[in-house]
Amino acid sequence: MLDDDQIVGRAYDARLMRRLLRYVRPYRRVVATAVGVLLVASAADLVGPLLYRVAIDRYIAPQAAGARALSPAADARGLAGVAALYLAILGAGFAARWLQSNLMQYVGQRVMADLRVEMFGHLQTLSLGFFSRTPVGRLVTRLTNDVDALNELITSGVVAIFGDIATLVGITTIMLWMNWRLALAAFVVLPAVFAVTERFRRRSRGAYRAVRTRLARLNAFLNEHLMGMTVTQLFTQERRSRARFDELNASLLDANLISTRNFSQFYPIIQVLGAIGVAVLVWYGGGQVVRSAATLGVLVATIQYAERFFDPLRDLADKFNILQAAMASSERIFRVLDEPVTVEDPPAPAPLPRGRGRLEFRDVWFAYDDDETWALRGVTFAIQPGESVAIVGHTGAGKTSILNLLTRFYDPQRGQVLIDGVDVRRVAQRELRRRIGLVLQDVFLFAGTVESNIRLGNADLSAEDIRRAAERVGAHRFIEALPGGYGAVLQERGAGLSVGQKQLIAFARALAADPEILLVLDEATSSVDAETETLIRRAMATALRGRTSITIAHRLSTVQHADRILVLHHGRLAEEGRHADLLRRNGIYAKLYRLQFEVEARSAR
Amino acid sequence: MHSRRFWQYVRRHGRAYLTGYAASAVAVAMAQLSPWALRAAVDAIQHGAGGRLGMFAGILAVLALAEAAATYVMRIQILSVAYRVESDLRHDYFAHLQRMPLRFYQRMPVGDLMARAVNDIRAVQRLAGVGLMRSVQTTIMIVASVAAMLTLHAGLTLLMLTVMPLITLLYLGLGREIRRRFDRVQAQFAALSTRVQENLSGIRVVKAFAQEPAEQARFAQEVDAVVGVNVRLARVQGALWPAIGLIFGLASVVLLWQGGDLVIRGRLTLGQMVQFSYYLARLTFPMVALGWITNLWQQGSASMRRLDEIFGVKPEVRDPEHPAALAAPRGAVEFRNVTVAFDGVPVLRDVSFAVPPGHTVAIVGPTGAGKSTLVGLVPRLYDPVQGQVLVDGHDVRSLSLASLRRAVALVPQETFLFSDTLAENIRLGLDGAEEPGGTPHGGAVTRAAAVAQLAGDVERFPLRYETVVGERGVTLSGGQRQRAALARAVIRDPRILILDDALSSVDTDTERRILAGLRGVMATRTCLVISHRISAVRDADWIVVLRDGRIAEQGTHETLVRADGLYAALYEQQLLRDELDAADTGPDAADPPRPARAPRA
Repeated sequence: MLDDDQIVGRAYDARLMRRLLRYVRPYRRVVATAVGVLLVASAADLVGPLLYRVAIDRYIAPQAAGARALSPAADARGLAGVAALYLAILGAGFAARWLQSNLMQYVGQRVMADLRVEMFGHLQTLSLGFFSRTPVGRLVTRLTNDVDALNELITSGVVAIFGDIATLVGITTIMLWMNWRLALAAFVVLPAVFAVTERFRRRSRGAYRAVRTRLARLNAFLNEHLMGMTVTQLFTQERRSRARFDELNASLLDANLISTRNFSQFYPIIQVLGAIGVAVLVWYGGGQVVRSAATLGVLVATIQYAERFFDPLRDLADKFNILQAAMASSERIFRVLDEPVTVEDPPAPAPLPRGRGRLEFRDVWFAYDDDETWALRGVTFAIQPGESVAIVGHTGAGKTSILNLLTRFYDPQRGQVLIDGVDVRRVAQRELRRRIGLVLQDVFLFAGTVESNIRLGNADLSAEDIRRAAERVGAHRFIEALPGGYGAVLQERGAGLSVGQKQLIAFARALAADPEILLVLDEATSSVDAETETLIRRAMATALRGRTSITIAHRLSTVQHADRILVLHHGRLAEEGRHADLLRRNGIYAKLYRLQFEVEARSAR
Repeated sequence: MHSRRFWQYVRRHGRAYLTGYAASAVAVAMAQLSPWALRAAVDAIQHGAGGRLGMFAGILAVLALAEAAATYVMRIQILSVAYRVESDLRHDYFAHLQRMPLRFYQRMPVGDLMARAVNDIRAVQRLAGVGLMRSVQTTIMIVASVAAMLTLHAGLTLLMLTVMPLITLLYLGLGREIRRRFDRVQAQFAALSTRVQENLSGIRVVKAFAQEPAEQARFAQEVDAVVGVNVRLARVQGALWPAIGLIFGLASVVLLWQGGDLVIRGRLTLGQMVQFSYYLARLTFPMVALGWITNLWQQGSASMRRLDEIFGVKPEVRDPEHPAALAAPRGAVEFRNVTVAFDGVPVLRDVSFAVPPGHTVAIVGPTGAGKSTLVGLVPRLYDPVQGQVLVDGHDVRSLSLASLRRAVALVPQETFLFSDTLAENIRLGLDGAEEPGGTPHGGAVTRAAAVAQLAGDVERFPLRYETVVGERGVTLSGGQRQRAALARAVIRDPRILILDDALSSVDTDTERRILAGLRGVMATRTCLVISHRISAVRDADWIVVLRDGRIAEQGTHETLVRADGLYAALYEQQLLRDELDAADTGPDAADPPRPARAPRA
């Protein structure tokens, strides 16, 4: 599979561009205004040489224009007037440019914001399977840097192209209007300019691709060889891996040198062509002035315009790079947006009856995406409302899969998972998950306060509810002791809290939501001291009371107190019953007990 | 820029820089001359002297060609050499990292090292290229243009240049405000990244507690804040370029007004006024570029500092000054009062035992007992803080790293395969690059794969040993990866073979066959074996039991079982595990076939 980060992108892709422009559409009025303002700015830019012409022909060198000479004082006054007009127009141009850049930044930022919100929202609907195979870091890059790469396209690219075209058209028109012969003389070099630009564009497309692919290859190699550095060192392969690195490095250097040569040729050639245009004007235009077929002012203005004509063409190179980078980024962004939602809500979700939480698995077969073997093989069981069930099994027996299917993080390939008689696939996921509380072994705390971590967005809960939940699981005491109490802001992922404290918060969180069904992944953590261990054990007992519950048990106390124990083995339900009965049976449970719990039982003695 | 290293690279290519700068001076000179020709032409036209226009046009064209040629030489010299600097720098970076020991990689995330390799090296390249080129060119251009203008008409020049300090003021005033607002943009952007990172890392909890809408609302707020700070930045930043344009416009207005006045009063010719306008235009870009160049210097220096941070790390494990070669190793290994500590925390304490050549010693113990650290001392992945590790009686720290590691093959639990063919991955064990991927060792690869019990699996791959594996290749199962790593060690034919729980993902049956095969080829070799499976260690000549970094007990399987200590408890658990595994045999024949893998976008 091609790594997303290695997408280099075509120079221009009409399909991608159309799709991108769809995001600009809501702001088309602002864009139109910006273009309008930009036209004003471009016009203001173009006025300069025209004013020079007027000044020269009327006041500075009227004789050369064949005009009647005024008195020096009148000339000076007229000149000051022109200068004042020039100043005013410059001011207007400045205002227009500023306004235009503000408008376009606004549009660019809004479009990026819309894209980000859409991507983020889409990611929330994707299944856990997607997240297990996609590194989080990569997705973060999509949402941040890749979206940012589009900004330049929108703010500088789209509008600047309008501006450049406007400038080119404006200059051409004015030059032709002032004196079409001079204009045509200056344009003699244009065919050469277009030929050079076209050749440059063609070459830089190839050069850009070569640089990008070789850079991507080099970085992929570097990344891999940094990760496997110990292997390289243990097998004394440093020299060999360095030789391959140097090869890639040299091939990138080659591509960079070719690209540099292309750029280094382009700028001076355009410059020379511009100068030749000016030289032609001096030779031909000068003759025209001498023969009085043109005024000196017109000639000077035409020369100034001819020089400006080449600026937008020179910028083309930069815009080309912006466009290519943006295309590559948008392709990666759309790949995320196009990721299909595999676990979907039904079109007309059935209401989940306000039952008491009866759970049932009916001949469930389930395998993870990238796994060759079944994780669950024909599992059937039912749990009555209020019953507390413990699931035990060896590593890989399928315990976590039961939780994953109940919460609909995944869908089974066969069979049904039912809550109060309704297939979980028929109800809305949020509806389902609101009824189920989940306490995971890896407690995840969000940035925010202790309270917001217990509340988790549930606005119906009062501060009193939060406190009571914390009290019931025995978390109240340590929370109060935190600086700021319930309002204490948690450091990154709850750094500063002990593992046990985090677990207590997780129980408080589940209790505050007051679900009918509680799923607990309990893991005896060796880093918890005896006192906290007692607290956690008590918290769990409190949380489970009066609820239908499934606990993936790693603690002896949990299995001892469960109403029923389900023993999973290699994806099958192997045994079930109460602790004492199962022990007596001397089957799989008895072995598991000796393996998992006996050490605990022994050390507790 | 205080980095000595940076200037070393520049000096290495000094000739190219000097050529480039010489060309730059020529280009500036040409750029200064053409307005003179233009002025002469305009004056001639104004006085109706059309005869010499062809000559002026010719001079203009020649000057332009000369300037373009010089510019080309400048760019091609300096910009190309900057890519060579980049290439040198990248080579040295990688070579330096190759000398860094395992502990360095345990502390330094690969992502961080990559960021330096990608972003920082690029920033340094830009400084070495456009940065150094423009710094010099811009300075010459400004000085030359101002000098030319002063000789032309000092009064008018000074009048026009009165507006220039405005640019400095603008940079200072707006610059500070832009930086302040830019910092806020960066901070908000970081907050956005963090929010995304957090949400996606905790997606399970988000979904479990139906927090998607709340999370989306919070994210939208964060996004709006990003828009807010950016728009505020744009308000100031968007003013910068138009303002610079406005200031140059002002100079142009002054020229038109005051210069025109001088022409009217006959103190200046029209040609000279046109010449002025050209110098003004020649000043514009360098002035604008100054701010940009400052930026290049700042970014380049910051990046070079980050690279120097890495270059400044001295490898803790390195060759001694006078390395001894381990010639014809026999494979005796001895740990003598070895203590290892990481960041002051002891991991191994006073461990001593010896392994005679050709013997197999097993190391067992609970997780975190220090087993991997212990065996890692032999090929010097780590060095002890006290005590000695000896191979054939030599302290490993007195031997050359290469000769020591040539005698040792360590197979770690975490297998790393490179994105290359299976054959290349196995052949990695063969020493040196001098053997090209040729046929002489083809037999060796298959023999090693056979010992590692991998040959059968490979036969089922359509491309067999040419199958590309690793991150960008075919995904192998954990067991297959471990067996490939084992084959890589076997092909090396080491005097000392170390298996660091290297068969944990291989099923018991296969493991037994592998061990039997190894006993054949490795009969005269020294073996250190870490395993959680008693079946893999019970036949060892000697068993060392570690707990909390100390030797808890040692002996043969029989004596340890009789001693009824930690080993006996571990053994009992293993027996249970084996029984459990046997209680139900793998997939039944009655199982429906696994559904086809869901297509991925």
